[in-house]
Amino acid sequence: MENQLLKIRSTKDKLIETNEISQQLRKRLRLSETLIQTLLLIFGAVSILTTLGIVYELGKESWLFFGREEVSLVEFLTTTTWQPVAGKFGVLPLINATLMTSFFAMLVSLPLGLSAAIYLSEYASARARSLLKPILEILAGIPTVVYGYFALTFMTPLLRSIFGSDTVQIYNTLSAGLVMGIMILPLVSSMSEDALNAVPNSLREAAYSLGATRLETAIKVVVPAALSGIVAAFILGVSRAVGETMIVAIAAGSGPAFTLNPFRAAETMTGYIARISGGDLAYDTPDYNSIFAIGLLLFLVTLVLNMISRRIAARFREVYE
Amino acid sequence: MRFSLVDSSNKGKTTNLARRHQIGKIWHAIFFLSTATGLLALVTLLLSIINQSFGLMAVDYKVDPSTLSARPLEQLSNSELIDILKSNVSKIRLRTLEREKPLDQRTTDELLELVNTQIVGQKIIYTWKLHESIFRRAEIEAEIARDYPNARLEFRAWLNWQFLKNTMSSQAQFAGIRTALLGSLNLILYTILFALPIGIGAAIYLEEYARKDLWYNRIIQTNIDNLAGVPSIVYGILGLAIFVRALQPLTSGALFGTPAENGRTILSAGLTMALLVLPIIIINAQEAIRAVPDTIRQASYGLGATKWQTIWSHVLPYALPGILTGNILAISRAIGETAPLILVGASTFITSDPNGPFSHFTALPIQIYNWTTRPQEQFRNIAAAAIIVLMTTLLMINALAILLRNRYSKKI
Amino acid sequence: MNTDNLPHNNNYVIETDRLNIYYGNFLAVKDVNLKIPPRKITAIIGPSGCGKSTVLRAFNRMNDLIPSARQEGRVLFHGKNIYDPDVDPVQVRRMIGMVFQKPNPFPKSIYENVAWGVRINGFSGNMDDLVEETLRQAALWDEVKDNLHKSALALSGGQQQRLCIARAIAVKPEIVLMDEPCSALDPIATLKIEDLMRELSARYTIIIVTHNMQQAARASDFTAFFTMDEDRAGMMVEFGLTSQIFTRPKNKQTEDYITGRFG
Ligand SMILES: Nc1ncnc2c1ncn2[C@@H]1O[C@H](COP(=O)(O)OP(=O)(O)O)[C@@H](O)[C@H]1O
Ligand SMILES: [Mg+2]
Repeated sequence: MENQLLKIRSTKDKLIETNEISQQLRKRLRLSETLIQTLLLIFGAVSILTTLGIVYELGKESWLFFGREEVSLVEFLTTTTWQPVAGKFGVLPLINATLMTSFFAMLVSLPLGLSAAIYLSEYASARARSLLKPILEILAGIPTVVYGYFALTFMTPLLRSIFGSDTVQIYNTLSAGLVMGIMILPLVSSMSEDALNAVPNSLREAAYSLGATRLETAIKVVVPAALSGIVAAFILGVSRAVGETMIVAIAAGSGPAFTLNPFRAAETMTGYIARISGGDLAYDTPDYNSIFAIGLLLFLVTLVLNMISRRIAARFREVYE
Repeated sequence: MRFSLVDSSNKGKTTNLARRHQIGKIWHAIFFLSTATGLLALVTLLLSIINQSFGLMAVDYKVDPSTLSARPLEQLSNSELIDILKSNVSKIRLRTLEREKPLDQRTTDELLELVNTQIVGQKIIYTWKLHESIFRRAEIEAEIARDYPNARLEFRAWLNWQFLKNTMSSQAQFAGIRTALLGSLNLILYTILFALPIGIGAAIYLEEYARKDLWYNRIIQTNIDNLAGVPSIVYGILGLAIFVRALQPLTSGALFGTPAENGRTILSAGLTMALLVLPIIIINAQEAIRAVPDTIRQASYGLGATKWQTIWSHVLPYALPGILTGNILAISRAIGETAPLILVGASTFITSDPNGPFSHFTALPIQIYNWTTRPQEQFRNIAAAAIIVLMTTLLMINALAILLRNRYSKKI
Repeated sequence: MNTDNLPHNNNYVIETDRLNIYYGNFLAVKDVNLKIPPRKITAIIGPSGCGKSTVLRAFNRMNDLIPSARQEGRVLFHGKNIYDPDVDPVQVRRMIGMVFQKPNPFPKSIYENVAWGVRINGFSGNMDDLVEETLRQAALWDEVKDNLHKSALALSGGQQQRLCIARAIAVKPEIVLMDEPCSALDPIATLKIEDLMRELSARYTIIIVTHNMQQAARASDFTAFFTMDEDRAGMMVEFGLTSQIFTRPKNKQTEDYITGRFG
């Protein structure tokens, strides 16, 4: 090979052959690099395993649950009595209670959260923001069991003193829902605020230059422009409400009840799971399996809500980036 | 623009403008008040908890403590307490107690509780909230004097030193959170042990190694984002199925020859919490790593450094404060989580300190949940006291995060 | 014989052979045939966006770090194509160092900045001596010798850039690539770096990208002039002795560019 015979003067005042350089540049076997990369990939895959674990376990046990002769999927989804001892497995009362608490929660957190977001992004001075935002962050950091305590020992007595203790039961969905709304408020407000902040200033200036007041600019220009971001916040809030356990387990009552009365006790899906698994739960009983069936439902509902929320939020970001 | 901002027919009418400003002011106030609701809620919550942690308590006795000893029981020594026990408790009962744990090996607090439960028979009749205790004191005193002439009314701080030190008890006034606090700290230790290296490792992989155009990397990322939104109780179900049940030989310690009858152990709980906080840790760490300027990586590669050398020596040290702050916040979330612990079977009545990964356990939030759901008022009081302890713990952890961030951000 | 191996002229350290570089589908640099002589300063000049940095980064495979970048053609280092599949980019960069546009010292001490690259390359000698020797070569020793363990970020911009040069030469590369090393510096700091380059050229091959005509004219031995075509693909128009390029450019475009700048 002619190439190998070629010699040149190197900068180091010695002759360097091309094949000597080839030797020096040769690929090294860097075992530790490969090992580390593999290990890190495995760490990354742990999250996949978690998901697979969730799907597999929930799926398997639900399969066993619906495989029992006393249970049928149709009955599960359409009948209104949940009484495992009597062989009645209609999940509707649990879903109904979940919807009710979530509804009250959103009734609180959406208007308040959106108003707070508008205030923080369109009105507040830097000083006011630096004062108010940490408060919302603290609210977001309070454990839900504490909110549950608050619902039972403060909100419920308050409701009973307003509506009368004959009307309002000690455990009721309204109290749990309202307090849940306070819990979700920081989430809705901070996500909505981000959305409002993402609206370019040129849009505001355009509105002002047409003679709009600050309110008109905020409500008629900025909020509509940020609407999809706000919707994403709302949906994520709903998902959080549906999955919330401790507040409802403490304050909404135990024992499934199919009722639309907000002053009455009714057990939500999460509340049921928490109560049933509280004691020493024997494996492979209908109770044990039912946890997984309801857990699966819960998982699917929140997953879909989260995915929709993230899809909407991503599309919203695309518009303004 | 699609929106008609100013109704053209009203142009120039100053009265209309005045009205618009009026409406603007009203809404300004509404927006402000909505934001302030957060503050109102926070203050109400804190006050209502403090309101429950202090207040009057009416106690009744089978035997008046003053007949047992001239001095208050709390001031007696161990041997004096044992003497009282020996002279007031039946022989058979004494023998049982000795068998449970020899009297001379018990602590003063334990002896005191024995005297109270076995002899004095202290029983709480009712407890009052702080505001009632202050504003209705005379009324309460009269009421108790009328209905329970033997009862004693005393002001009690439910949050006290004994409360931190004592183990569980079936009577609220003797119950403490020692085991629960230790349980929480222990299980968080395992959570950190597993979640931190895996979480940071995964974040490094996703930010530094993963090519975003490869399908499996995209799946990992999407999956993590989705996992972050899975309700915590679902993690509890997973923990029950995998750690408590499927991996029982491991999590009960049976594989290691440690006797524990099932997988409802600290290890199971710690692992479950680790899975729960993992997505949060990964996402936080990713953000911190993404904030490392690319010029630093280039400088390192330009010197002929390998990928890992670059990450280890430059990327990680730079990202560390951010990673730590994010992680501390994730960990503090795990400390407050309750639902998953219910599923993996935290016991509510445990009197011995946790010893190692395979011990059964209780945790602070579990204790709060348990006490909150008891019907007797006095358990609400100790639940409130426990909440104060929990929130103080979280507050200190968060302060630590802020401190860390400030210290490191000054250094770089 | 392999026809890919064009006759290799032993007067050059780096030769590019019909080098095309793409970012995704965008052809950023096309058909570059450039020969870099050893232990000289070669300047690459041309209008902004004509691919100077892209070509420079191709010389030590820094473009590998940009996922969308790929190249065609060859870059020969002493006759060996550094893009051959058996070549380790890490090894390439150990022999061909780089100084960047903005000073980018590690957020560590001055000492560590110099020592780190040496240490990962398995140096076992006396590190203190090596750090001192390197900092002296980089004409920085007198200014920093009392603050070796202070943060490099406390230095001025010009000092930081000389530290980056020290860091690069500490690992004893053969070539030092510099991408507009003075663009973020004031004139006095710039002058110091130019002096330093002149001294270093006794030991190292230096390739510098600059958009500053005076700098190229003053500080380099050879000059390559790049421009781009109507598709914004960069290409080399002329290469020669700096004295010749700046006084008697052969190409009309070169002349326009140089005279335009000199006004
Ligand atoms: N990372 C990149 N991704 C995509 N295009 C790039 C990237 N870097 C540079 N380019 C493009 O390649 C061309 C040459 O860039 P560059 O080499 O930086 O030019 P110069 O250094 O001469 O100013 C420019 O059109 C630039 O936009
Ligand atoms: Mg450039």
